[in-house]
Amino acid sequence: MIAVSGKTEPSALVRPVGRTPSQLFWRRLKRNRTAMVGLYVLAFLYSAALFAGFLAPYSYDDAVTELSFHPPMLTAVKLFDEQGRLSRPFVYGATQTDPQLATYQVDTSRKYDVRFFVRGDSYHILWIVKSNIHLFGVDAPARIFLFGADKFGQDVFSRILYGAQISLSIGIVGIVISTIIGLLVGGAAGYFGGAVDFLSMRAVEVLLALPGLYFILILRQLFGSGLSSTQIYIIIVIILAFIAWATEARVIRGLVLSLKENDYVIAARALGFSHWRIISRHILPNTMSFVIVTATLSVPFYILGEVALSFLGVGIQEPEASWGNMLTAAQTPRVLRDFPWMLLPGVFIFIAVMAWNFLGDGLRDAADPRTLG
Amino acid sequence: MRTFLIRRLLTAIPLIIVVSFITKALLVMSPGNYLDNLRLNPTISRDYLASMERIYHLDSSNVFERYWYWLWPALRGDFGYSFTKTMPVWTLIGERVLNTLLLTGSALIFSWVLAIPLGAIAAVYRNRWPDKVIGLFSFFGLSIPSVFFSLLMVLFAAKTGLFPAGGIHNQPLWTSMTGWEKFTDTLWHLVLPMIVLGTIGMAQYVRQMRSEMIETLSQDYIRTARAKGLSHWRVVWKHAVGNAINPLVTLFGLSLSTLLSGALLTEFVFGWPGLGLLTFDALSAKDEPLVMASVVLLVVMLVLGSLIADLLLAAIDPRIRVE
Repeated sequence: MIAVSGKTEPSALVRPVGRTPSQLFWRRLKRNRTAMVGLYVLAFLYSAALFAGFLAPYSYDDAVTELSFHPPMLTAVKLFDEQGRLSRPFVYGATQTDPQLATYQVDTSRKYDVRFFVRGDSYHILWIVKSNIHLFGVDAPARIFLFGADKFGQDVFSRILYGAQISLSIGIVGIVISTIIGLLVGGAAGYFGGAVDFLSMRAVEVLLALPGLYFILILRQLFGSGLSSTQIYIIIVIILAFIAWATEARVIRGLVLSLKENDYVIAARALGFSHWRIISRHILPNTMSFVIVTATLSVPFYILGEVALSFLGVGIQEPEASWGNMLTAAQTPRVLRDFPWMLLPGVFIFIAVMAWNFLGDGLRDAADPRTLG
Repeated sequence: MRTFLIRRLLTAIPLIIVVSFITKALLVMSPGNYLDNLRLNPTISRDYLASMERIYHLDSSNVFERYWYWLWPALRGDFGYSFTKTMPVWTLIGERVLNTLLLTGSALIFSWVLAIPLGAIAAVYRNRWPDKVIGLFSFFGLSIPSVFFSLLMVLFAAKTGLFPAGGIHNQPLWTSMTGWEKFTDTLWHLVLPMIVLGTIGMAQYVRQMRSEMIETLSQDYIRTARAKGLSHWRVVWKHAVGNAINPLVTLFGLSLSTLLSGALLTEFVFGWPGLGLLTFDALSAKDEPLVMASVVLLVVMLVLGSLIADLLLAAIDPRIRVE
């Protein structure tokens, strides 16, 4: 009789038929098609950002001034040669005919094969793996500009990939910071009430009453100019998180106010548990689904905040690439009209923000039990 | 009503004081001041710089002292002269704020006029194709960065030449225009930035309107109206829409800050000479009196905006009274 021996896990026998709340949550999310599309798009974008060095044929600051504003070659990659035979993919060389107008003459006598796993500029993946092997590239002196080149002859495709590292990660780092602050402040305000509640909620009100972007700019000038890119990155995250925690704190406070009246909280208090333990182990875990939803929906705020600051010239500086500062180059009507590919970073911002909104909406629907019926 | 107004306006005073103090503190604590650039210019005399520093107390880094030197004249209505433009700040801001109000006001009208019918239609055809198309459209407005959308519009203007690619009026011809021509010319320049701001703002109104309409359409009085034999669309427009609009008015008060932030970026791309552009330039030049005045004005605009929203709500919803 094995079943009665002490070694059997009792939980295996009495485990209830059914699913945990998080399994139900995930099931509801999986049924939401737009949310899943958002999730897949984000997975794709974030892995592209992670492996930017490998996927990009050049480094973000690899400039060839003679190829300024070279048009995109995405459609110029040829699979058939002059005789119409299938060949390795190749591109033709091009020479600038007019440096003023940035017009190019395609030179069909110079053929360059697109090669895979070529050596080029060295890069790091996650600061650890160092390599110089790129997914694809062409032999020097030719260049492959899938999305065209910018004013300095830098590859827009490569810069979009490197820019993704900055523009996309800022949201993730930011929500971690603002959620921690929001949980601490909101949790304390809701649980203790009184003066803590009063003071923190007045701070929240002031922050929410401020004219958003103006205040971000005023905070930004506090740090002055002439900073390194890493410093600016950290400053942007801190500024945006400093504004964004207010919304989260308010939501969490409201939830904690109602949760703390529950019997299990009163029981925990009667058992003599410390306030910290009650807040962190009994109350805050129950706010998790709302916290995740609020955090997901606030990622676009960070992405757009970085874009706005960098676009206005007080964010990430050249030669470092971010989606915002790449758009700065597209600001004049002349560049827009003649070199519209300079707008491509905007398309990626749009896709990323849309995907986060899709996912956030789906998460909200999945977290809200009222949508079950 | 009067006590409500007075109380609301009184609560704005501490807010303005806190916000202006924070702004002043951030300006004082930031490295450098307006005179740093002038110092590099050898033609400007040391005496002038020293007197500027003394008059504006730029040599002091005590936040409270500097705030007091701003607050005391400001309480009496004297917000000082702009450093860069050497004009009283309100003269400068006065004309710019009108441009910003023109832009944001027309964008608001644009988004309301489109959002109410779109939200109502989405609710009536819930989960069918009109709802899905409108939902996608509102996601578009919610997600498109105003910078990118503005640049797309400038591209459109530059390619087609149908609309001007920037500015507020046709500068070379402006002085020779008649009043009517000036009016139409300004409207002509307004179209693209208004569409950008309006579309972005519209998204949340559409979503809110849709969910309110769904709620309203399930009410008993709608069923009663239907039972009395009223036509479908008459019930929707006359009975449901009017009641579903109320929460949108509240949303209007809350979304003003986003609207003004969006206006800054749109003004920047289109070269629209509004408050946002002025404040951005003032910040870059560390033109303290100008920054302070426009921050105060922005807070006042936000407070007034939410007050107007509350009054509007009370006017259209008989269940709510201001007391």
